[in-house]
Parts: sequence; structure tokens; C-alpha cells
Amino acid sequence: MRIGVLALQGAFREHRSCLRQLGVETIDVRYPHELSGLDGLVIPGGESTAIAKLLASHSLYEPIRNAYENGMAIFGTCAGAILLAKKIEGAREDQIPLGLLNVTIKRNAYGRQIASFETDVPFRGIEGEPVRAIFIRAPRFADLGPDVEVLSERDGEPTAVREGRLLAIAYHPELTGDLRVHKYFIDQVIGS
Amino acid sequence: MTQIEIGTLRVKTGFAEMMKGGVIMDVVNAEQAKIAEDAGAVAVMALERVPADIRLHGGVARMSDPTMVESIIDAVSIPVMAKCRIGHFVEAQVLETLGVDFIDESEVLTPADDEYHVNKWDYTVPFVCGCRNLGEALRRIAEGAAMVRTKGEPGTGNVVEAVRHMRTVSSEIAALQNLRSEQLFTAAKNLQAPYDLVEWVAKHGKLPVVNFSAGGIATPADAALMMQLGCDGVFVGSGIFKSGDPSKRAKAIVEATTNFDNPEIIARVSRNLGEAMVGINISDIPENEIMANRGW
Repeated sequence: MRIGVLALQGAFREHRSCLRQLGVETIDVRYPHELSGLDGLVIPGGESTAIAKLLASHSLYEPIRNAYENGMAIFGTCAGAILLAKKIEGAREDQIPLGLLNVTIKRNAYGRQIASFETDVPFRGIEGEPVRAIFIRAPRFADLGPDVEVLSERDGEPTAVREGRLLAIAYHPELTGDLRVHKYFIDQVIGS
Repeated sequence: MTQIEIGTLRVKTGFAEMMKGGVIMDVVNAEQAKIAEDAGAVAVMALERVPADIRLHGGVARMSDPTMVESIIDAVSIPVMAKCRIGHFVEAQVLETLGVDFIDESEVLTPADDEYHVNKWDYTVPFVCGCRNLGEALRRIAEGAAMVRTKGEPGTGNVVEAVRHMRTVSSEIAALQNLRSEQLFTAAKNLQAPYDLVEWVAKHGKLPVVNFSAGGIATPADAALMMQLGCDGVFVGSGIFKSGDPSKRAKAIVEATTNFDNPEIIARVSRNLGEAMVGINISDIPENEIMANRGW
């Protein structure tokens, strides 16, 4: 198994470290040719406007969409979840998502950094203790399509969703040292 | 409602982690903030005058007018940082109230306290502070900084001090890794830093928080140089909006920061950028105007 981590900007080293601790071969992805032969791709947290600009300047939009069509799974956290969505609410006109996940996503939906928080959330498909969820200027999912499954929620609002080979999470499992969400991506999303 | 915790160390340091590999740009008005956002900045630093103009203007440099900070918060969707004077905890309280996403307790402004920095644990908002060496970085982290930046010499367009400070921090970290456990106690004394942080750095071979480079970056190659020397991202102050074509230069510096190890891309984005800021030789600056010496 080989998983790429989009390494344009943001917390890509943390994701790489989580995947390596689980014994997976990883590669940093900055250019289209690095997508070949990947079973999965992680799009990390970061600044979604900056990552979108860099996706365009690195000519990565179509190659990522094509790789997904050809069977690659994708896991997006925070900014990565924003970029997976079909529609970004309140986006700048030039901020174009990959448009794969059938949801609308609202950026900075919980407020500015002073409102950022952590809390425990149960995660469907992960046994044992709830997952510690760190929300940093986090986005919010809305208008979920019929095939979008909710994996975790907080006060009735979805905070992690899955649609087939796509996993999108509003918080940051890569910052906690708990590898269970990455394991879920490997076993349940790529492995299914 | 589920129990939530705000302002935790992980929420603060995690936010800094999200800015890695990015460029934070100084802006003095909403129009510049939009240019920075368009160029792919991961955050903007709202201030009334860029460091080059603070040097030119002289006098006491203070926190920016709240109206100006708010106009920038309203103009962009990316995070907004603002500066308070070293030790000026009321300016910090004001900036937190305004809703800025990060406070820079900065030597670019005139220090308000010649002995103490702000106790940054008292705040929900995270802080970034400057450092010239490992001891200074760890003292700021002990005070609650969630991010550090090597100081360089702001407003000069001259990268030499940024390089010096980055190399100093890196070599001091490497030196700690070669020490035996009993030597770390004396190392902590010599660094004037808390023992537990010194021990953490010796064990992990890196700082416990994100470290950006600041103070003198003016070109795409400067940004890539600092990235290759091991920083996590860059602050560009006067270098963008004191140049001939700010929008083009800002985009080029963003590309060079992401592709810091790819000279072909750095060459491509460095073409036809127009005039860079003029720049100042460090030896031409009077000793009492060296900003990096502020902070204790």
C-alpha cells in the first residue's frame, strides 16, 4: 500500500508521521507525476485559499480528479475537507474546490481562532474511547448528499463524513497522537 | 451541549502547525491584505507601518489603530495577526478583544517593558515571539508562545541576520543532542532556559513549536534559502509592499516557499519581478536602532 500526502502547505508532516507509524509507505505529492500508483491521498489542514492557489499553479486539479476516478481514495482534514467539497459557502470566487464530495462546506464556521476548541467525539466505525477532536478555525458540513454517511457529530452537526472512497473531517486527528482515524482510512476506506 | 475547551496549548500550537510551508505578509491596509490573500499568503500581519517605514519615521512605534486592524479582519478570509509591544500586556488584551487570530509580541515596535515579556498563558489567543538563539526561543515558549520566529533584522531587505539567527538556533539544537543527560542541567543554566524544555529539545532534535523565519527576506530565493536552512515558513515584511510589483513578488515568494528545494521553479518565478526593496547594510545601522537586540 502506498499513500501520498499533498505537501504544498500545512500540516503534511504530521499526516506523514501518522501513516509511517502505521507501517504504510508514504510519498509527498507536489507534482502530478507523484500521484501515479497511489492507493490513497491525504489532503492536510492548512490555509485552504493558499492550498487552492498552489493546486492550480502546480496543475494538480485534473490529475487528482482523474486519480480519484481511477480508484484512489482521498482523506481531507479541515482545509483538505474544504477542498474536497462540491461547493464552498462564502468562498472567494477564485477558490475552486476539487468538487468530489457531495456536500456544501462553510469555512471558519465556528468563528475566529479565539473560538477554536477541542472536545471528545464518538466516531462511527472506531471502537473504544471517543476521538479527541481539535477544531481550528474549523469548517462545517451542510447539504449532505444522499450517499454521504455521517461518522462523527457534535451537538447534532456532522464533523466527519464519508462518501465511498472519500473521507472528510473538520478537525485534526493528525495532531493528537491517536492513530485510529488514519487506521480507519487505511482499513475501512482504502481497504473496502 | 458537549464540553469544549478553548485556548488549549494544542489548539494554539496546532494553529501554528497549519501555517507551515506558508508565507505571512505584512500589510498596512485592506487593499494590501487582499493582494496578499490573492497571492496565497497563509496569514497577514496588520500594522500601520511596515518595518522599513518604522525605521525611516523614527519615534515610538506602538500597536496599530483598532479601526485599521478591524478593516483588515473584515477584508480577508485568511487569519489576521497583529503586533503588540514587548511586555505591553494591555495592547495584547486589546488585540485579543478585537478578534485577531495571532498576536506578535514584536521587537519591531518600541518595547514597553525592558525586563519582562507578556505572560502569554493568560490569553486565549496564541502568540508568536522573536528569537535570535535557542535560549531566547525557549524563554518565550516558557512564557506561553505557541510559535516563534527567528528575528533577522526587520525592515532592511537584508537576509544576513535572518540566516545568522536560523543557523544559531539549529546549531544550538544539534549541540544539545550530543550531550549526556547530566550535561543538560548545565546546558539549561547556560541557555538561561527551563530544564524541561531543554531536555525536550535534546530528545527530539527540534523546537517544541513551529519556527518561522523573519527580518530581511526580500526575494523568492531568500525565502527558499531560509526554508532550506530549516525554518517552517517565512514572514515577509517590507520586502513585498516596498518593491516595484508587490502582487507578482508576493506570488513568487509563495511559490518559492513551497518549492524551496526546486531551483528550476525558483528561477522561473524570480524572472522579471521588477525592483526589489533597496535594502540596508546592517553595519550602516546605528547600534541603538538594531531591532533584533530588543527582547530579553
